[in-house]
Amino acid sequence: MNKPIIRVFAVLLVLFGLLAYFTTRWTVIDRAALQDNPQNKRELLAQQRIARGLIVADTGTVLARSIRRGDGTYARRYPENGLFAQTVGYSFLNPGTAGLERFYNGQLTGRTAGLEGTLRKLQGKRQEGNDLQTALDPQSQQIALDQLAGRAGAVVALDPRSGRVKVMASIPSYDPNVLRSARQTARLNSAPGAPLLNRTTAGLYPPGSTFKVVTAAAAIDSGLYEPTSTVNGDNAIPISGVPLNNDGGQSFGEVDLTTALTQSVNTVWAQVGERIGKRRMSRYMERFGFGSLVPVDLPASERLASGLYCSPDGNRELVSPTDSCVDIGRASIGQDKLLATPLQMAMVASAVANRGILMRPAIATRTIDPEGRTAYENTPQRFSRVMSAASAAKLTAMMQRVVQEGTGTAAALSGIEVAGKTGTAEIDVINDISQPWFIAFAPASDPQVAIAVTIEKTVGGFGGTDAAPIAKAVMESLLR
Amino acid sequence: MNARNRELLGLVPASLLIVAGFGAVFLQEQTQLDNLSLTYGAIFLGLCFAAHLIIRVRLPDADPYLLPIIAVLASIGLVVIYRLNETLARDQAQWFVIGLIAFAATIIFLRDYRVLERYRYLIAAGSLVLLLLPRVPGIGQQANGAYLGISLGPVSFQPAEFAKIGIIIFLASYLRDTRALLVSRKRFGITLPRLKHIGPLLLVWGLAMLMLVFIRDLGSSLMFFGGFLAMLYVATDRLIFPVVGFGLFAIGAWFFATTVGHVGDRISAWQHPFDPKLYEQIGGSYQIAQSLFAQADGGLWGEGFGQALISVGDSPILPAAQTDLIYAVIVNELGLIGGIALLLVYVLLIERGFRIAVLARDSFSKLLATGLTTVVALQVFVIVGGVTKVIPLTGVTLPFVSYGGSSIVANFVIVALLLLISDRARREARR
Repeated sequence: MNKPIIRVFAVLLVLFGLLAYFTTRWTVIDRAALQDNPQNKRELLAQQRIARGLIVADTGTVLARSIRRGDGTYARRYPENGLFAQTVGYSFLNPGTAGLERFYNGQLTGRTAGLEGTLRKLQGKRQEGNDLQTALDPQSQQIALDQLAGRAGAVVALDPRSGRVKVMASIPSYDPNVLRSARQTARLNSAPGAPLLNRTTAGLYPPGSTFKVVTAAAAIDSGLYEPTSTVNGDNAIPISGVPLNNDGGQSFGEVDLTTALTQSVNTVWAQVGERIGKRRMSRYMERFGFGSLVPVDLPASERLASGLYCSPDGNRELVSPTDSCVDIGRASIGQDKLLATPLQMAMVASAVANRGILMRPAIATRTIDPEGRTAYENTPQRFSRVMSAASAAKLTAMMQRVVQEGTGTAAALSGIEVAGKTGTAEIDVINDISQPWFIAFAPASDPQVAIAVTIEKTVGGFGGTDAAPIAKAVMESLLR
Repeated sequence: MNARNRELLGLVPASLLIVAGFGAVFLQEQTQLDNLSLTYGAIFLGLCFAAHLIIRVRLPDADPYLLPIIAVLASIGLVVIYRLNETLARDQAQWFVIGLIAFAATIIFLRDYRVLERYRYLIAAGSLVLLLLPRVPGIGQQANGAYLGISLGPVSFQPAEFAKIGIIIFLASYLRDTRALLVSRKRFGITLPRLKHIGPLLLVWGLAMLMLVFIRDLGSSLMFFGGFLAMLYVATDRLIFPVVGFGLFAIGAWFFATTVGHVGDRISAWQHPFDPKLYEQIGGSYQIAQSLFAQADGGLWGEGFGQALISVGDSPILPAAQTDLIYAVIVNELGLIGGIALLLVYVLLIERGFRIAVLARDSFSKLLATGLTTVVALQVFVIVGGVTKVIPLTGVTLPFVSYGGSSIVANFVIVALLLLISDRARREARR
């Protein structure tokens, strides 16, 4: 009888081997897939037990904090309500996390790795979050929101010297506190105008004439043109075989580039763009940040890439400016297939302002651990050198003229030199619907703020009259 | 070194384990190491020592490794339960005392366990009654669609835990008598026993099916029937019996899976644990899905003792963490390494059980040891397999580790029986 006993034992060993294999499967082989399963809320549930750190504006205003509930868990509150809604984001069990709350989740929950984390555990200390310090300016943000006055659009302002983001306003907005309720979340998700969308980083609009700054940078920095170089600015000059019109069908004759920028002459810049060529335009656009996700410390899912979007098979997709579907002349005046996010256009202004060096935009400056030490420092980083300092100086002078006597006079500040560029992208010519833009920086001699403003689909809208005054008010506040 | 001194030495690792375990839980809970932990540790070690003394006096030749192995298992269980809920751990410690009394009683009053053979039909009938008790109105309880528990006043227990011992005793005795007859008749080149010999065995199959219908628990019936097939195979040494038996069981299980809603639900929850509809459904796949998520978080080394996320506030994340899902808790906290280590301890236990069966001289002892060991092994397989999605999840306990009074007491009786068999076998072998 002993042989069958040993065989039964062998069968049971095989069954136990199966148990060991399946345990291995769940803990090691399929681990990542299980942890990413949308039904797996363990991570979020665990975080309910952690006091997340504060999110603080530059002035010390608290934008997000955790309150302790009766059952020992924590809930998130946003004392400034919708002031920085899409930027700060939210953190709730449902619908999860977004914005800075998501991007800095590890810091805010104080996930300390390595030796220090182990030591904390051994000491029996509870996991506690780090505070997040940002450069955001609540007062200027409020002015931006007030100035948009309910019109769908976006304002983004940053310090060109460091890339620190000061204002990031997106309308329509919402109050993140209501996301505690599942019903309100569902309502917001399907609300008209998509209030949850951060238009500064994920709103793609035709940039119109503001893009002429990019074309001008390429023209001058490549050595092909000087601000005084003249080009024929007549109306209806054929571009890619089709006549291109100037605003109001105006013909300017031979004009220099400074005048062409001041008066925003389409035909001049389209010809300049064609001469620069796709390859060279592509290189400059890339240096400005076009063609990749707009670089800022927000989740990748909340950012889009600016650039040329073609739809060869019905699906809109980002292509290189050298692609055969691109009409580079029209792209050079911000039309055709060119789309840009407001933050991208603020980066364009910022690169000119900072003597040709583009700093990587950053919202957070550092995190502070519960003991008051700096846990993480978000030091300013250079994104690229876009053009030489000399080219940037020439471009600055040209952009100053736009505000002094051109299309952007509405942005002029008393006693402060402003450099800027208007844009009015045509959305629907028949119904006279356009997308007004304004990008600028100030003071021109020592730039401290770079800004981009856009308003969605305005009837009879014009960059100089609709967007420029908003930029003026926000810059005024930031320079005070 | 004699067997008993080896046993005493074997208890040292178990006692170290329980001291380290309670220490870790206390550190996590930010409580000072107070008298309570010492009390728990002391009571547990005292119980082990008492069991050791009983064996030393009554069964000097018994297997020296069984007691240390179950001490290790019980200490892991007690520490994990303590970490989940202090009150439950106190209850569990009390059940250990009762289990030990049952253990001692078995050893003292059943010196010659072969007297059990005389009462085999009585034992079989009693076991049957026990099995069906949970369906008796008034005392029966239904949990998750299965009828496993009964409650008498304040005490509730699972009679199936005791019935399994009775049925194994009956089968060991019956098969010893009929094993020769079962294989004596051949027709068409295969072993084909007469109906009057195979009849009682078909009855057992019918019983397993009845359990599916009445108790509605796939896991328990798999455990019973698997134990039965193992004994049948050992008794006859004919592979045809377990093959046909398993086929019949599979047919029956398939039939009930498609007709009894509760069994079918368990199977679809097993196949599609992340299906949103099954996940949301009450008694659906939430438990198995959470079990897998918890194990994934454990990874190779685990999140650390006392770290497992069991509940947030008052809402549980891991349902039945102290019973059904205790293996998932262990894997979460101690990782794959901890899970495999626990399985290895069970493999050691099973190896000891089969070694006793091999050493035993008479058929009844061999069959009894085989049956008891197989049932314990299959119980581990059914619950760990359920928790790790090898088979559909059903609510049986992890022997010596899970919280549960009846399980502890019944398993102590099983170990006592194995020790009795071992003592006789080794004494006879020495002569």
